[in-house]
Amino acid sequence: MSLMLNDFLPAAPEIFLLSMTCLILLVDVYVPERYRLVTYQLSQASLVVTAILVMLLYPAESVLTFSDSFVLDRMGSVLKVFVLLMTYFAFFYSKEYLRARNLFKGEFYLLGLFAVLGMMVLISGHSFLTLYLGLELLSLALYALVALHRDSIVASEAAMKYFILAALASGILLYGISLLYGATGTLDIGELRSAIGAEGEGRNIVLMLGLVFVVVGIAFKLGAVPFHMWVPDLYQGAPTPVTLFVGTAPKLAGFAMLMRFLVDGMVGLRGDWSDMLILLAILSLAVGNVVAIAQTNLKRMLGYSTIAHMGYMFLGLIAGTAAGYAASMFYIIVYALMAMGGFGMIILLSRAGFESDRLDDFRGLNERSPWYAFLMLILMLSMGGLPPFLGFWAKWSVLRELVAVDMVWLAVVSVVFSLIGLFYYIRIVRLMYFEKPTDHSAVAAPADMRVMISTNALAILALGLYPGALMALCISAFAI
Amino acid sequence: MIALSDFLILGAIMFCLGVAGIYINRKNLIILMMSLELMLLAVNMNFVAFSHYLGDVAGQIFVFFILTVAAAEAAIGLAILVVLFRNRQTINVGELDSLKG
Repeated sequence: MSLMLNDFLPAAPEIFLLSMTCLILLVDVYVPERYRLVTYQLSQASLVVTAILVMLLYPAESVLTFSDSFVLDRMGSVLKVFVLLMTYFAFFYSKEYLRARNLFKGEFYLLGLFAVLGMMVLISGHSFLTLYLGLELLSLALYALVALHRDSIVASEAAMKYFILAALASGILLYGISLLYGATGTLDIGELRSAIGAEGEGRNIVLMLGLVFVVVGIAFKLGAVPFHMWVPDLYQGAPTPVTLFVGTAPKLAGFAMLMRFLVDGMVGLRGDWSDMLILLAILSLAVGNVVAIAQTNLKRMLGYSTIAHMGYMFLGLIAGTAAGYAASMFYIIVYALMAMGGFGMIILLSRAGFESDRLDDFRGLNERSPWYAFLMLILMLSMGGLPPFLGFWAKWSVLRELVAVDMVWLAVVSVVFSLIGLFYYIRIVRLMYFEKPTDHSAVAAPADMRVMISTNALAILALGLYPGALMALCISAFAI
Repeated sequence: MIALSDFLILGAIMFCLGVAGIYINRKNLIILMMSLELMLLAVNMNFVAFSHYLGDVAGQIFVFFILTVAAAEAAIGLAILVVLFRNRQTINVGELDSLKG
């Protein structure tokens, strides 16, 4: 079997991004310190061109290449475009923050680009090998990114904790993969699916053990309870731009990993893994929403909120229909957009020597800057799931799919927990609007940053008023 | 003739030792990293055993990738360890408590 040019075409965006990343690596070595902006601009340009390539290659049906180990399908293409979009915003938001703290170095952007490449490979992975390599390329880049601020005690501690637990998760996932390989004799996702059979006829004890280890490994990576210990520490300890990056795009890749392993590969065992996901979802909703109330650090609180949102994301997969998967995908994209805005606001309000990451720093924001208080209001109420914001439609769509498959009890449980969760989002709104500010300095941020963050928050309002287009995009990704 | 199950039991024991090392060890980060390596080696053992008994070479190729990635992972882990030691003057797991809530 020889590889033809056509075999490379489905991976053109990844190949382009890899070439550009290597090129930027070289350029970054040679440009003098005062032209560091070149690295940033080249990185942003590569992200844009890669996104255009992904859109040009948007497939009518799934295409397999590289001996079936790489798949180009609609779900993957939509997720990749959003990964690239979020990375673009993350790089944009972090520029001034990094400059003010003398961290504006090429490493941030290069590690970010390698992480994006890892995410794209993970999203398109169609064999255990490509999925594993994509995941590790992503994780290795993220470990280094978290430790980027090397003189910070909390950042290095967060990096160590993240490293240990993520490496443990990789080990568990790999052990599961080795058992799946032993049970079915294949590394290919498609062959795994046929070996298991549509109703799980090929079920045996080794296969089930492998499934358990794989689910635990993925739950660790996504930060679902009881495997969530690293999430709050990482969110609080890492520099805010890194938290922003870790908290948005990799979540989409994590969703893709879940889909590739459980739905594409092991749909025959759906009855078994959906029970495990129900447990993970309920625990995540409970711990995420309840513990967040006790937090005084906004980044840590958003960390717990992530855990809760992962719980909601599982609900669509538990429903187990094509519409349910689409609802999960809609949820995770919406969540990433909201998290991006939330961390963007923290970056916007911070300045050198002042992180603005405590809840008290938002006290009386309305008096200091009504516009930013309004944007933060949109973001928080959307995360809390109030209409007419986008977050409401995300919750509504997963719950609707749950009710459609007669799992009303689970829908009721998650609604109860989201009401509890609403409390801590509204607390921020109360702090901003009904308390006196302790710090009276005006918010100083560059004009381009103001425009971008306003676009981000207003997009959540606008898409909340017209959620049809984004939802239709997600549904079309799963239409055969 | 050694049976497949013997290899799998050895792999399982090594894997459990690795996981136990991570959860029980409350002293030294270096030992923690050694436990992580042990887990990955247990996985490699599984892959090679399965690959041999299934007569399929793909599993052994996977092992090469795991070994390479594990080396890269150890390098990054040790680099983070050096940074951490410079900031905290300790690599004791129990003293990593500045992040709590």
